Amino acid sequence: MTETLTPALGPATGGPPLSRLADDDLELLLLIRHFELTLLQLYGRGELNGTTHTCLGQEYVPVALRPLLGPADFVFSNHRGHGHYLARFGDAHGLLAEIMGREGAVCGGVGGSQHIHRDRYLSTGVQGESLPVAAGVALHLRRTEPGALACVHIGDGTWGEGAVYEALNMAALWDLPLLVVVENNGIAQSTPTAAQMAGTVAGRAAAFGVDHHLVVSADVDEIRTGLAPLVARVREGRPLVVEFVTHRLGPHSKGDDTRPPEAVRAAQENDWYARYAQDHPEHFHRFDGPARALVRGVADEVAARPPSRWSPCA
Amino acid sequence: MRVAENLNAALHGLLDDDPTAYVLGEDVLDPYGGAFKVTKGLSTRFPDRVITTPISEGGLTGVAAGLALTGNTAVAEIMFGDFAALAFDQLCNFAAKSVSMYGSRLPLRMIVRCPTGGGRGYGPTHSQSLQKHFVGMPGLALYEMSPFHDNRDVLAAMADRGEPCLFFEDKVLYTRPMGQADPLFRARLDGDLAVVDPVVPELAARPDYVIVTPGGTAHRALEAMRSLLVEEEISGRLLVPSRLYPLDVEALLPHLGEVVLVAEEGTAGGTWGGEVAHLVHQRIWERLRGPVRLVHSAASVIPTAAHLEREVLLTASAIHHAVREALRG
Repeated sequence: MTETLTPALGPATGGPPLSRLADDDLELLLLIRHFELTLLQLYGRGELNGTTHTCLGQEYVPVALRPLLGPADFVFSNHRGHGHYLARFGDAHGLLAEIMGREGAVCGGVGGSQHIHRDRYLSTGVQGESLPVAAGVALHLRRTEPGALACVHIGDGTWGEGAVYEALNMAALWDLPLLVVVENNGIAQSTPTAAQMAGTVAGRAAAFGVDHHLVVSADVDEIRTGLAPLVARVREGRPLVVEFVTHRLGPHSKGDDTRPPEAVRAAQENDWYARYAQDHPEHFHRFDGPARALVRGVADEVAARPPSRWSPCA
Repeated sequence: MRVAENLNAALHGLLDDDPTAYVLGEDVLDPYGGAFKVTKGLSTRFPDRVITTPISEGGLTGVAAGLALTGNTAVAEIMFGDFAALAFDQLCNFAAKSVSMYGSRLPLRMIVRCPTGGGRGYGPTHSQSLQKHFVGMPGLALYEMSPFHDNRDVLAAMADRGEPCLFFEDKVLYTRPMGQADPLFRARLDGDLAVVDPVVPELAARPDYVIVTPGGTAHRALEAMRSLLVEEEISGRLLVPSRLYPLDVEALLPHLGEVVLVAEEGTAGGTWGGEVAHLVHQRIWERLRGPVRLVHSAASVIPTAAHLEREVLLTASAIHHAVREALRG
């Protein structure tokens, strides 16, 4: 079931008018946006250790999925997972403390940006690795908690890994409640998708008899309406690949953006943030300033905390 | 009872006692019952919890990790241990890390069985002993099957450890009897450690040398011990730990003397034996007559033809000679 939508481009930005969102959806979108922008600022000031991968431009993916997933569902996230975590828990303090290695960190500062485990949420940093694990979890859920599912976020680059195909094969073979969310942002680190993927995601899903649904919209309500009946079928044991055609606004990690200016401009023109500000200025401005201030407050508060503590033998 | 039957019974016991236990792998269903028949009968008795998988070692190891992550006891079979290389990412970067990288301990009851070793003519890619590639990985424990350790106890120890475990099963052992077959020697368990001494008490009390081996090499060490005793009146002791890594070296110490050897089937370089030697040197260097001596297979691929395979694999006579050299100093 491959659905291809051709977006009608608006005059100033890259899409049709966005639906007016519920307040909590807009708040969550803005929380993720300002969280990620703040991370890049903190890095710029040398206040963070290591690296991070922001989901700027892709925030609407987990926000759209949020009401479609329940507490019994597992979510497997990847290296670009801050939005996934915030959409699940809304816990900016715990996540920033994890990234900064401060007291109150979700995982004691051990996992950092891309290795987080909390309740039924787990992220790990190796591409494709979580798919077979999610298949195992889905197998457990199908047998012991029918109706629950395992959702895995991957990117377009992840399709280079053999683990993806081993897992898709087993998911189809065993009728597993596995939802694979592909955030196809058109670029794997610095490599355009066209230079690393032969064929299509849809074709690869079809090879296993796995349903595929293409989402080109960035409209949270529209995405949900389209996905709700499909996710319900996943719960009955029909695996699904949902491919979001999305845009990575920022660099892969910190300052490593080698894309030509027109590619960055194209991503910016598709940015839900600017589009929503244009389509719903009053609603946008009512929440944008407070979200920015909230994250600034989180950053100040977390930065002042003592370092996290952890014992290697624990 | 043969070792394979003991292991098969142990798997039946595990599935019987633990309603969350799963066994999965390639060709594990009846009537085939696994390439080495170790899973025979399991799928007939427990059809819901014995799962045949595609030829996807990485994938099936990941599925086992997912089952363990959700509170189950997962036993995965890698048909030939050589193929554990295909599951290295799942073992090293997922399962072993997940136990500790999320800040607090996340127990995983997960056992990955690896039929291992040569001597059966399966050739270079189906005969290796890959233990050394997994030594020293925090969060991943290594065990090896032996004729002296009841597999029911070993499976329980691995599951209860709460971290992923690799279980190396020397294929040659499958058809050998459990326990001690040579009337010159007697085996006993000191905790996790099998201690094999001559039956004559005076010889058992003062061994001239001590050999440490994983379970798969034990019968070759015993053959060497017999020839040394019968032909040269040299008396030795054999120590066989069930858990190879992390090694409980303190359990070895009371049984060691001045001359210590480690014999294993893998090739030299970065070995389990090197790890044993290092730990022993740290504890009792001053008690040793010389450094711990390591005995391996030749640095070679493992040929298929029987006469060529014999040339490279660790033999009893190689162990015999190594003991003689060690005693000469």
